[in-house]
Amino acid sequence: MTCWDVISDYGLRSLGFGERLLPRDDFTICKQVVLIGSGMIWNVYFGTVALLAGFFLAVGTAVAKASANPLIRKPAEWFIFVFRGSPLFIQFFFAYFAFVSLKGAVPALGGLTAAWLGAVIVLFLNTAAYSAEIFYGALMSIPKGDIEAADAYGMTGWKRFRRITFPTMMRLAWPSYTNEAIFLFHATTLVFFSGFPSRGQMGDALYYANYFADKTFNPFVPYPILACYFIILTLIVIGIFGLVNARLNRHLPQQNRGKLRLRLNLIR
Amino acid sequence: MGATIFSYCSDPSTIEGLKWLSCYLTTGKHISMYWSFGTVLLLLAITAPTALAFGFAGATAARSRIAPVSWIGKGYTAIVRGVPDIAFFLFFVIALDQLFEWIRHEVKCPDWTDPIRQGNDFVVCTEAKLPLGNAAAWVHDTYAFFLAVLTFSIVFGAFAANVLTGAMRAVPRAQIETGEAYGMTERQTFWRIMVPQMWVYALPGLSNLWMVLIKATPLLFLLGIEDIVYWARDLGATKTPKFTDYPHGDWRMWYFLALLVFYLCFTKLSEIVLDRINRRLTLGQATAAGEAQRKAAA
Repeated sequence: MTCWDVISDYGLRSLGFGERLLPRDDFTICKQVVLIGSGMIWNVYFGTVALLAGFFLAVGTAVAKASANPLIRKPAEWFIFVFRGSPLFIQFFFAYFAFVSLKGAVPALGGLTAAWLGAVIVLFLNTAAYSAEIFYGALMSIPKGDIEAADAYGMTGWKRFRRITFPTMMRLAWPSYTNEAIFLFHATTLVFFSGFPSRGQMGDALYYANYFADKTFNPFVPYPILACYFIILTLIVIGIFGLVNARLNRHLPQQNRGKLRLRLNLIR
Repeated sequence: MGATIFSYCSDPSTIEGLKWLSCYLTTGKHISMYWSFGTVLLLLAITAPTALAFGFAGATAARSRIAPVSWIGKGYTAIVRGVPDIAFFLFFVIALDQLFEWIRHEVKCPDWTDPIRQGNDFVVCTEAKLPLGNAAAWVHDTYAFFLAVLTFSIVFGAFAANVLTGAMRAVPRAQIETGEAYGMTERQTFWRIMVPQMWVYALPGLSNLWMVLIKATPLLFLLGIEDIVYWARDLGATKTPKFTDYPHGDWRMWYFLALLVFYLCFTKLSEIVLDRINRRLTLGQATAAGEAQRKAAA
């Protein structure tokens, strides 16, 4: 069995296509690389959807937190505190069992207990809270002169937000937001290790890496493969976010531009 | 039915409401769950100083002038970045376990000729097994906990090393030069000038790390420890009258809600304490925060 056969058999295994059973013996490097890579599809899916959807909620929450009206500010502060102050692992468990209870009451909402929807909702809310804190910090550090200049031009409300506040907020927040994005992709590995079960052994990259480590009693092959995949994914994220960063900073002289600085990626 | 704390709990089927709940929450298994909160706190109490020590060693090594030592220090901090931490937790526990068994194997059974890796199996001689096959259950538990603490310390040590490296760099160069002008050796300037001053710069990073460490504790569950996540799943699951005096439906949602609240309270408490420490440390410092404090007092 050549490596090409393995790719056609297991390349899309994480989505349920190809070979039905996972390999039980003869764990070649090729099989491990292909199957763990197949699992990466899930990680990319979880991260991308949560990040895209979370962005809008994060901007809204950040603006709400900066509001002078306590009726708007307080809920935003609580939302951020709840999701940033508790472990994502526990959030997954709680959400899963809450969805299971909900399914008992309203059978139409049964889809929520599946990872593709339920886990995405949790990740979406989680990243929205973390990003909202980043955006709020940026909103607070917008130079006073920018706002005054907008006032001098007679800009108010939505127009001022869209033309002045929002672009500056994005520019200031972008380096931290890049870290948050990397961090989120790493957090997607928690999905199948917390409440959400995998159906028919369709799991993410860590699920398969763990499968191989359990079967071969040798963690020194599957985990480094997983690590390589994640380093590649991290580099891609940095590349894409770097392009956006260059566009956000294009009007500034070279030395004033915000640089993308990689900081620690920690567990949430 | 084992021992009960309240005398009226001897026959749970006859009681209702709050009384039932008070009995339910004091069963032997629930007491075990409350102890597991102690496990989490114990883990934090041991890991935090150990990780700090690892971090300090890593940061010092990274500064070393001897190239291989500096590579080790830099490699240690770099390797944990870029990869999901949960993978490290799963990896280190197996890897450390095999490392210890292999060392013991080499020491205790030098006559053993079979290879250690036989196909997909990892085989060491019986005397080298950790813990020994005939050891008591608590030895197994303690060994598992020890591996968990070591894993946490290694991973968080790398993060701490990163923070401390930055803090060492932040100490103004002039301070070191003053020490040198007084004729101090490199070792003396390091211990007497740099180390006492770096903590102010390290504190924001270390507080952040502490918050993250709190939030990482549920991963104990993945390492096979009977921690709060284990008990919440166990106790919350549907119980039928056949096996328990306190039958109930699927309550796992409520158990995890309780854990969520526990972590939120713990985080809030830490925030308050760290804020106080930070205010104390900034007092009299020549930083913007220190200046703001001075102005507020004046």
